[in-house]
Amino acid sequence: MADTGVIAEDDFVDESRRKLLLAATAATGAMGAAFAAAPFLASWMPSERAQALGAPAELDLAKLEPGQMTVTVWRKQPIYVVHRTPEMVASLGNHRALLKDPDSKDSEQPPYAANGMRSRTAAYLVLIGTCTHLGCLPKARFEPRDPEIGPYWPGGWLCPCHGSRFDLAGRVFEGSPASVNLRVPPYAFAGPHKLVIGVDAA
Amino acid sequence: MVIEMHPPGAPAVKTGRLRAWFYKRFPIEEFISDQLTGYYAPKNFNFWYYFGVLSLVVLALQLFTGIFLTMFYKVGEATSFNSVEFIMREIDYGWLIRYLHSTGASAFFVVVYLHMFRALLYGSYKTPRELLWIIGMFVYLALMAEAFLGYVLPWGNMSYWAAQVIVNVFGTIPGIGPGLVEWIRGDYGIADATLNRFFALHVVAVPLGLLLLVMLHLIALRRTGSSNPDGIEIKDHLGPDGHPIDGIPFHPYYTVKDTVGIGVFLVMFAIVVFFVPTFGGYFLEPANFEPANPLSTPPEITPSWYLTPYYAILRGIPNQRLGALLLLLAIVAYFFLPWLDCSPVKSMRYKGWLSKTFLTLFVISFFGLMYAGLHPPDPVYVLVGRVCTALYFAYFVLMPWYTRMERVKPVPDRLRFHAHAV
Repeated sequence: MADTGVIAEDDFVDESRRKLLLAATAATGAMGAAFAAAPFLASWMPSERAQALGAPAELDLAKLEPGQMTVTVWRKQPIYVVHRTPEMVASLGNHRALLKDPDSKDSEQPPYAANGMRSRTAAYLVLIGTCTHLGCLPKARFEPRDPEIGPYWPGGWLCPCHGSRFDLAGRVFEGSPASVNLRVPPYAFAGPHKLVIGVDAA
Repeated sequence: MVIEMHPPGAPAVKTGRLRAWFYKRFPIEEFISDQLTGYYAPKNFNFWYYFGVLSLVVLALQLFTGIFLTMFYKVGEATSFNSVEFIMREIDYGWLIRYLHSTGASAFFVVVYLHMFRALLYGSYKTPRELLWIIGMFVYLALMAEAFLGYVLPWGNMSYWAAQVIVNVFGTIPGIGPGLVEWIRGDYGIADATLNRFFALHVVAVPLGLLLLVMLHLIALRRTGSSNPDGIEIKDHLGPDGHPIDGIPFHPYYTVKDTVGIGVFLVMFAIVVFFVPTFGGYFLEPANFEPANPLSTPPEITPSWYLTPYYAILRGIPNQRLGALLLLLAIVAYFFLPWLDCSPVKSMRYKGWLSKTFLTLFVISFFGLMYAGLHPPDPVYVLVGRVCTALYFAYFVLMPWYTRMERVKPVPDRLRFHAHAV
């Protein structure tokens, strides 16, 4: 204690060194926290079982008459399959001005459905039946000029939740809360009437 | 709670050996003095000042009844709906426990909305209570999350579809939306995995967060002290004893007053629980008495009444991303109130007619949005929703302008208070 000079030297604190060490320790700790968080965040992803149950689904369309729709489930999503009549297909070009996205530029569909009919073949339309607004199930209103909707109505779907309207290619009408057309799932035909949902090539 | 070990003027230790034994080991006297007997509140509290303590009462009720419900509820896609019916029909007084919890959820929002309105009316969010207000808004957010998660648990059809709609709102976030939705659900649709994690969040995570936030809210309140209908700081006039002249100790004065308020509240609460537990479909919706069905939407999807104002904003906008953004802004706007309000006075008693008009319009728009959100999206209701959305945002957006523009009345130096006067 007598040698005050030595004590003064010992009292010297290298602030910049301390700051660097503090920053380095904090950064290492933060990185460790991020790594530790990863398993917990990953545990929320779909489980192996959920992924297996989400495998492709087959559907026989032989008994689906023209003008009829059937609903099946793939990955917990309702899949609408419509056998369109030639009149239904012909009507698709008549109301382009009323649609938000007539050419499906902003909408989600596989490349083979990015056309005026939004399908691989004219007859069969395959859609994910959840409204692109907030996921409700649009109800089929295939009768043209439905008095509850209006004289312009070419037939299609009306969402009961927020009133989004879609035509027989799943394209959304102007004035609907939904911004984009109904989504088309990946699908392929394993035979003339054998539909496989969830794959791009059968 | 804030516990100072040796606050200035700590009360003398009372005699009594047991008490002395505890006092040596636990600062109970200081705690009571800090929180109750030595905490001075303005003497002119009126009707609007009941709703803070009532929120605490409902919180306690929800925790208590919730614990009992978890004893009988079985989470799972296959079991949830039936276990709720089991509680209603086969557990002794199960119906009572569930109705207390479901009515408690609505009561929570009633008292919290009135509590928030009090803050708008008397400027309780203004300096120095900005942080108190912001913590309170986080309590409100946690409460909305808690209510939504709990709403999904009975796994009725409305539970299922409400979950579908709300989770899909996250899907509108550019870029990460679809992946985020899958992560939240843990499946390709609302599924067992979703229900299970919502249960964990509802009974453990969010209540813990809620308790912490309520504690922070009270700690902040102990620092600033309560505001009052005159919006005058009572700490500006201290008496010779160092306490505010216009303040009275919280205990016994306000504990006794609040007890009366709690009594009146419990009478009204019991009337709802025993005579109108579904409240005409507003507290418990008819569509939720059917099990969840992914292939059948209820005829109308409406959230519970307390969330419908935001829902009306969301669906009134013909663009989903913009709708979701406005929904977010409608809630975030509250956080900025302390800085949007540029008035030199706090209380509506001294603000000008512009502030009064805008607050009235805001309240009308809130009820209007609630009304629109409870009805199907017919053009009339959509129009009502859009007009009310405009009024709702006008209150916030124009606030810096009208609070600066208007003439305010002179604020008195001391509280205006006449005992037993109206």
